[in-house]
Amino acid sequence: MTDFRLVIVSAGVSDPSSTRLLADRATQRVSSLAEKRGHTVTTTVIDLRELLPELPAAMSSQLLGPRFTRAVDALVRADGLVVASPVYKAGLSGLFTSFFQVIDNDLLIGKPVILGATAGTARHALVVDEEMRALFAYLRTLPVPTSLFASTEDWTDKALGARIERAGRELVLLMESGFARAVRDESWDSYQHSYGSAGGTELDIDLSSDMMRLATGGSLRDSDDDPFDPRRA
Amino acid sequence: MQFGIMSVSDITRDPVSGHTPSEAERIDAIVRIAVHAEEVGLDVFAIGEHHNPPFFSSSPTTLLAHIAALTERLQVTTSTTLITTNDPVRLAEDYAMLQHLAKGRMDLMLGRGNTAPVYPWFGQDIRQGLPLALENYNLLHRLWREDVVDWEGQFRTPLQGFTSTPRPLDDVPPFVWHGSIRTPEIAEQAAFYGNGYFANNIFWPKEHYQRLIRFYRQRFEHYGHGTQKQAVVGLGGQSFIAKNSQDAHAQFRPYFDEAPVYGHGPSMEDFEKMTPLSVGSPQEVIDKTLTFQEFFGDYQRQLFLVDHAGLPLKTVLEQLDLLGEHVVPVLREELEKRRDPESPANPPSHADLVKAKYGDAGARQPRPNANRGDNVTGGSPYQDSETEVSAYPTL
Repeated sequence: MTDFRLVIVSAGVSDPSSTRLLADRATQRVSSLAEKRGHTVTTTVIDLRELLPELPAAMSSQLLGPRFTRAVDALVRADGLVVASPVYKAGLSGLFTSFFQVIDNDLLIGKPVILGATAGTARHALVVDEEMRALFAYLRTLPVPTSLFASTEDWTDKALGARIERAGRELVLLMESGFARAVRDESWDSYQHSYGSAGGTELDIDLSSDMMRLATGGSLRDSDDDPFDPRRA
Repeated sequence: MQFGIMSVSDITRDPVSGHTPSEAERIDAIVRIAVHAEEVGLDVFAIGEHHNPPFFSSSPTTLLAHIAALTERLQVTTSTTLITTNDPVRLAEDYAMLQHLAKGRMDLMLGRGNTAPVYPWFGQDIRQGLPLALENYNLLHRLWREDVVDWEGQFRTPLQGFTSTPRPLDDVPPFVWHGSIRTPEIAEQAAFYGNGYFANNIFWPKEHYQRLIRFYRQRFEHYGHGTQKQAVVGLGGQSFIAKNSQDAHAQFRPYFDEAPVYGHGPSMEDFEKMTPLSVGSPQEVIDKTLTFQEFFGDYQRQLFLVDHAGLPLKTVLEQLDLLGEHVVPVLREELEKRRDPESPANPPSHADLVKAKYGDAGARQPRPNANRGDNVTGGSPYQDSETEVSAYPTL
């Protein structure tokens, strides 16, 4: 039995929001499926609308305000994510992409994610797979195979419930696998990081790197090729 | 503890008057600002280096030599000197010359520069910024300490038998600060050589700097230059002072809101909360500045940014008056009271470095031998060389 920390990121801005509704339905499925399998689930919701006042500073100066900081802290600890965005003008909401552009590249490596979007028309259905999936591939997350998309007509269609069920189960299985934790334990160093990245958790300093050798009076050249390298003496 | 000002040399439209100073006006203004810094009792003037408009300071040593000539006590320095796009040979020559003209009243701070298009103008590539900075300093360090240098690296053309002239004043290299806010390698290099470490302390929350300053102190001790408390730390900061908090906010707001870098972003109030910016009465600026010592430990140099974002000369001079009269004297007294006796009060001056190298003996004054037409044959190019070559190959 595991206690899973599930984080929901919703970019819906109306209240009530159909985007938030989609995220909540997925979250409920994840929770009940996980509980049936003997786990507990703790959920944290990041309503991106509440981060709007801090967004200009975050985007222009990389200054994260208190709400952004809390959101990043929740994401660092997350075992799984449910993310959902409305589709505007045939693309993801600017708020949604802005949020994920601001956070560190290595914050979500290996974490399983349910991708969801809502729209006023079914013609936007591929935004999840063509745009959102690419963003989460860049972030090296593990999106579940089933994408969620709900346009107006889907809300009355049982098929949406079936897809939510399927995506929920996929997320639970991926969380159970412990993939993200195993990646962190076994091959974290093989991903690119910078000092203070991964939400301020990446603080190891490798004193034996080539750059550190250069920092301490050494050379980048191979000492055998370099007649002046002090290491040859 | 030294207090001073640092300028990035931006030429920015004054958002209140709508006036954009000409380059000539701004260059005249910066000289007056530097001279006034000494008049109000500040210790340090630092100028940045940029190679693109809207900045004027492409040639910091020329400006600083002029300012040194107009002042008597003021320490002139940089914020920062680009160790990436400048040839370290030119840096060795230019700053040694400045050191002679300023009679040792100078030091310099090295930084990488983060404007990508500038690098190719100087034949470099920003993607190599870090190794360039590290390797270039390694060479600069030797050029000031060895009369004749043979050297080969990744970036610059190799040197055979090169002598950087003039040799540093009293054959004691200028004190060097390494500026960085997020790169452990730079902190490591500063620690390895026993140089100073400077965190600009302007845009980011203190946690960013806190970690690297701690790391620098630990490594300074590791390399045997002294204890962690003896490591030499400098900090930036940004202030705008008026008689009371409301006036300070009202006067500074239009400049803040349109400032380069952070303008049109966070609100001034948020920026004050999240960063070291202090806008307010002298007491408020004092209180906030005192928190730096609590966060980072005893440090030796505090530089304030006061002349950016289009603030007119008159306002900048008034800011200096307020700093010099109401803020710095209180900070000096309070920080001196708080200072652990183990921590140095000031960064090393030229006189300190001469004393450390020679004790009570006279300093070396290099005198060149007659021109040999090259720099490769023979021993040292200087008369007091210990490695004279006694015999030349004969046919």
